[in-house]
Amino acid sequence: MLRAYLEVIRIRFLMMLAYRVNYYSGIVIYSINIGVYYFLWMAIYGEQSSLQGLSAVQMATYIAISWMARAFYFNNLDREIAQEIRDGTVAIQLIRPYQYLLVKACQGLGEGIFRLFLFSIPGMIVVSLIFPIQLPSIGTVWLTFALSLLLGFIVNVELNLITGLLAFFILNNQGMIRAKRVMVDLLSGLFIPISFYPLWAQTILNYLPFQAISYLPSIILVKGLGGDELTQALLIQLVWCFVLLIPISLIWRKSRKALVVQGG
Amino acid sequence: MFQLQLFIEYFKQYLKVRLAYRWDFVVQLGTDFFFQAVNLVFILVFFGHTKTLNGWTQHEVIFIYGYFLIPWAIFSAIFNLWDFNERYVIKGEMDRILTRPVHSLLQVIMETMTPESLIGVVTGVIVMGWAATGLEIEWAWYDPILLLVFALGGVAVYGGIFISLISISLFTDSKSDLQPIIYNIGTYGRYPVNIYHRLIQFVLTWVLPFAFVGFYPASYLLDKTQWQWYALITPLVGAVYLGIGIMIWNWGIRYYRGAGN
Repeated sequence: MLRAYLEVIRIRFLMMLAYRVNYYSGIVIYSINIGVYYFLWMAIYGEQSSLQGLSAVQMATYIAISWMARAFYFNNLDREIAQEIRDGTVAIQLIRPYQYLLVKACQGLGEGIFRLFLFSIPGMIVVSLIFPIQLPSIGTVWLTFALSLLLGFIVNVELNLITGLLAFFILNNQGMIRAKRVMVDLLSGLFIPISFYPLWAQTILNYLPFQAISYLPSIILVKGLGGDELTQALLIQLVWCFVLLIPISLIWRKSRKALVVQGG
Repeated sequence: MFQLQLFIEYFKQYLKVRLAYRWDFVVQLGTDFFFQAVNLVFILVFFGHTKTLNGWTQHEVIFIYGYFLIPWAIFSAIFNLWDFNERYVIKGEMDRILTRPVHSLLQVIMETMTPESLIGVVTGVIVMGWAATGLEIEWAWYDPILLLVFALGGVAVYGGIFISLISISLFTDSKSDLQPIIYNIGTYGRYPVNIYHRLIQFVLTWVLPFAFVGFYPASYLLDKTQWQWYALITPLVGAVYLGIGIMIWNWGIRYYRGAGN
């Protein structure tokens, strides 16, 4: 059974590989976006050497790493699922002898692995040549970052599964999918690190899953978190990975019934 | 006035299509407002950590952003050519356009326009007005007229650049990735240009003049004298870029051979 899922990952990886040219422009676009935020933040740092515990160089590194991490965790699973529900192909998926949602997650992972090696890593090299950023030397920091990045990926996939499955109940959920994407970018700390929000907003954001996607992995790498802080960050991510399984299974159970009604 | 009649007919047709899916329409307006709100939240949180951004206060930066929304909304309403290559060149719709006795670019624009984007003008005015309450701006009687002229100049800059870019599809039917790249550079124009590296300032002024869409005109309306000459040549820059765009388009049409069937 496991081999079937590994095959799904492999196939998606190869599929992405066939259209790899599109990705070089992606690196340019991400570099442009990093540039806007870099100049905006550096204009503030001109007057202060450190803000919210981040130095100017750390901030630049944070911007670069969080955008390149986005290339890894970002995918369109929500849109794909909504599309399959709307055109009815989800019915065929359901009679196949595998877990539909797990297959979707594996496809997302295949895509993620592809982008990690052909987008994030080369992109990071390009960006580190353009902007004055400082990455930690090879060591355990990178290992914990990799673990944290994977957990962030899982949380993002879970949110995408939830948004996609809502197409069972809301026939046209394109608008919701787009709104969710912008919300994730803002609240996950991609544009603004969570620690830069006003205190009341931080309190709310600490109870939401979004910080697990971008803020925690990036801050682990940038600050080289260790000890209790590291354990706490990873624990938050891990808890969200499990907690989000509850709404998914609830929606999934309800939605399969909804599909029977449509098919009948 | 044949063109105007044609436009009215296209517009009627457009309304029929749009009103068939009323809910879509509402959802799109909702998400558009949401995007604007997210950008404002960014500026607000950002200014929680500083009084000024290279000499610009929070209200001034929001004012610039609000102003930027006006030309941007007009541009999005008229030019919606993101899938031109796919829809007109690869699928061969361009051949149909060329058999008709109206200028090809005009037809393409009328077929793809999305007038509902004009709602962004309202958003922009509200954001600008709100920012202006925290500023002491002296409005001369001609300032609203200048605002309109500047906004149209900005639309022409955007229009010219993107017409040039889609014209590439007329020479080669392979997909070009330039459009999204240039689109993202456009973001730079809605913040004060003096925060950027000198090279970027030069590019935003003379190569891809996105600074004329947002920053220069807005700084004039904010009574900043440092960039007023840039602001005043906005219509000229717009005319030049639009002219270049249309020239490249016409040249491309002569070159165009169709994608075959």
